[in-house]
Amino acid sequence: MSGIVEVDGLAKRYDGGFEALKGVDLSIREGEILALLGPNGAGKTTLISTICGITVPTDGAVRVGGHDVVRDFRAARRMIGLVPQEINLEPFEKVRDTVAFSRGLFGAPRDDAKVAAVLEALSLTDKAGSQIKELSGGMKRRVLIAKALSHDPKVLFLDEPTAGVDVELRRGMWEVVAELKRRGVTIILTTHYIEEAEAIADRIAVISKGRILLVEEKDALMARMGRKEMVLELSEPLDALPPALRASGLALGADGSSLRYVYDVHAERTGITRLLSDLQAAGIRVRDVTTRQSSLEEIFTGLVDHDAREAAE
Amino acid sequence: MNWSAVAAIYRFEMARFFRTITQSLVSPVLSTSLYFVVFGAAIGSRIDQVEGVPYGAFIVPGLIMLTVLTQATSNASFGIYFPKFIGTMYEILSAPIGYVEIVLGYVGAAATKALFIGVIILVTSFFFVDMTILHPLVMVAFLILTCVSFALLGFIIGIWAKNFEQLQLVPLLVITPLVFLGGSFYSISMLPPFWQGVTLFNPVVYLVSGFRWSFFGTADVPVAISLVAIAAFLGIMLAVTAWIFRTGWRLKQ
Ligand SMILES: Nc1ncnc2c1ncn2[C@@H]1O[C@H](COP(=O)(O)OP(=O)(O)OP(=O)(O)O)[C@@H](O)[C@H]1O
Ligand SMILES: [Mg+2]
Repeated sequence: MSGIVEVDGLAKRYDGGFEALKGVDLSIREGEILALLGPNGAGKTTLISTICGITVPTDGAVRVGGHDVVRDFRAARRMIGLVPQEINLEPFEKVRDTVAFSRGLFGAPRDDAKVAAVLEALSLTDKAGSQIKELSGGMKRRVLIAKALSHDPKVLFLDEPTAGVDVELRRGMWEVVAELKRRGVTIILTTHYIEEAEAIADRIAVISKGRILLVEEKDALMARMGRKEMVLELSEPLDALPPALRASGLALGADGSSLRYVYDVHAERTGITRLLSDLQAAGIRVRDVTTRQSSLEEIFTGLVDHDAREAAE
Repeated sequence: MNWSAVAAIYRFEMARFFRTITQSLVSPVLSTSLYFVVFGAAIGSRIDQVEGVPYGAFIVPGLIMLTVLTQATSNASFGIYFPKFIGTMYEILSAPIGYVEIVLGYVGAAATKALFIGVIILVTSFFFVDMTILHPLVMVAFLILTCVSFALLGFIIGIWAKNFEQLQLVPLLVITPLVFLGGSFYSISMLPPFWQGVTLFNPVVYLVSGFRWSFFGTADVPVAISLVAIAAFLGIMLAVTAWIFRTGWRLKQ
């Protein structure tokens, strides 16, 4: 089954000769939330711009809802809403007018009630009659989202929608995104906040230096690559690890009052049972045990670093 | 064809015009009045008549052309340059519209504004001089053709320009001199033969001449040639615009 957005061997070389995309393949499923993660300059914005028709691909093809974005651009673009990374708005226009403008631009008939509803959903109702220049940065970002939603897109691209948005507002936006998903909108968002991807994405794609390194279910990714760390608080501090425990992979904390053990949750044997009985045999008494699962952030940094090392070799 | 997009762009551009309606109208009306005072009253008292037309009336078509040309060009160039400058172009480029809609919206609006100002000046001039328009339909045709083709020229300039200086450059360096040297305030026949020959390379001569013919029935060059010239100019502008959109020149990376 093919996805609602099919990216096929997409390459982009900018005029200066810089290769921002080096053959990207990506299949986005209808109704999912895909988070696109990657360091600055990875090519996230370039990928989105090329799908949306703002930059011209050097090679490869993109289909949205089965329509080629170059040959059949009208049908493809009608399905797309785009929230750009930069806040680009006409300063003297009124909020209500700029949303209505977007709706018209995308070929939808005038509908004041719809415009009002979109503004309501983004808590902009009381700013509907204000000029853009009178709004705060977070409000402007919401206006960009309102513009993108004005024509009921099937696929929504959010390029760093929560950059420079405070915590409360960010949660508000996550709710908006969740509501859109319930209505069946497919959402692709880029972000530098890993917790954002962890909180709302179904799948995660990691891009670095113009290549997709991985696309995977968020849960599976975290579980597969999730390492756990167990910390054992000791009743009495140790000066050094007893010889019998040296081979176990244990590390003694700096002040000697705790032991650290890192293991893979999905390994055949985690070694925990063995470790506990070894501790007992060595006469070490444990006061408390805590475990911690590594976050997506660590997974992500590990992946990108690994890629950078490989490139250097 | 996405007509609602054309309407959205057109309405947006006209809204900008009406937001600053006073500036948009006061300055052309004021400068036209000044021209009437300086050229019409001061010089007109010595020249009296040109080709059987009182000098005050003789300069009316040239004055209208001068303003309409500059306004059409600068409005259209600003209209398309500004979204590039502040970044709102992303939305135009990602919308389900082809170049026909973009051109109709932006060029249509710029031409409308220029036409609007042209008509205001025509009305103003009736306060200063007594005249009748011999061929009103031809006059309207010339006016519209001029508005549209120079709005297209402005549109191309706006896409070409990389900064505000470049945006001002062409109107200042090319259009104004061409209009002043294009027989707006005098008849070509008043020039020495050598300069008469040179002038025939100035496209504005054909415009002003044809436009004046529609008022008074006198012309420097046959009116048919004027029409052919303006139509050819329009054709060239359309071809360049089509090329820009086919290649994405200065619009898309
Ligand atoms: N117009 C352009 N001309 C030349 N190079 C460009 C252009 N736009 C982007 N690039 C280059 O392409 C690469 C990818 O840029 P892009 O904006 O897609 O990155 P990104 O992943 O969105 O980064 P960020 O997280 O900072 O937004 C960068 O190295 C950038 O310098
Ligand atoms: Mg970016």
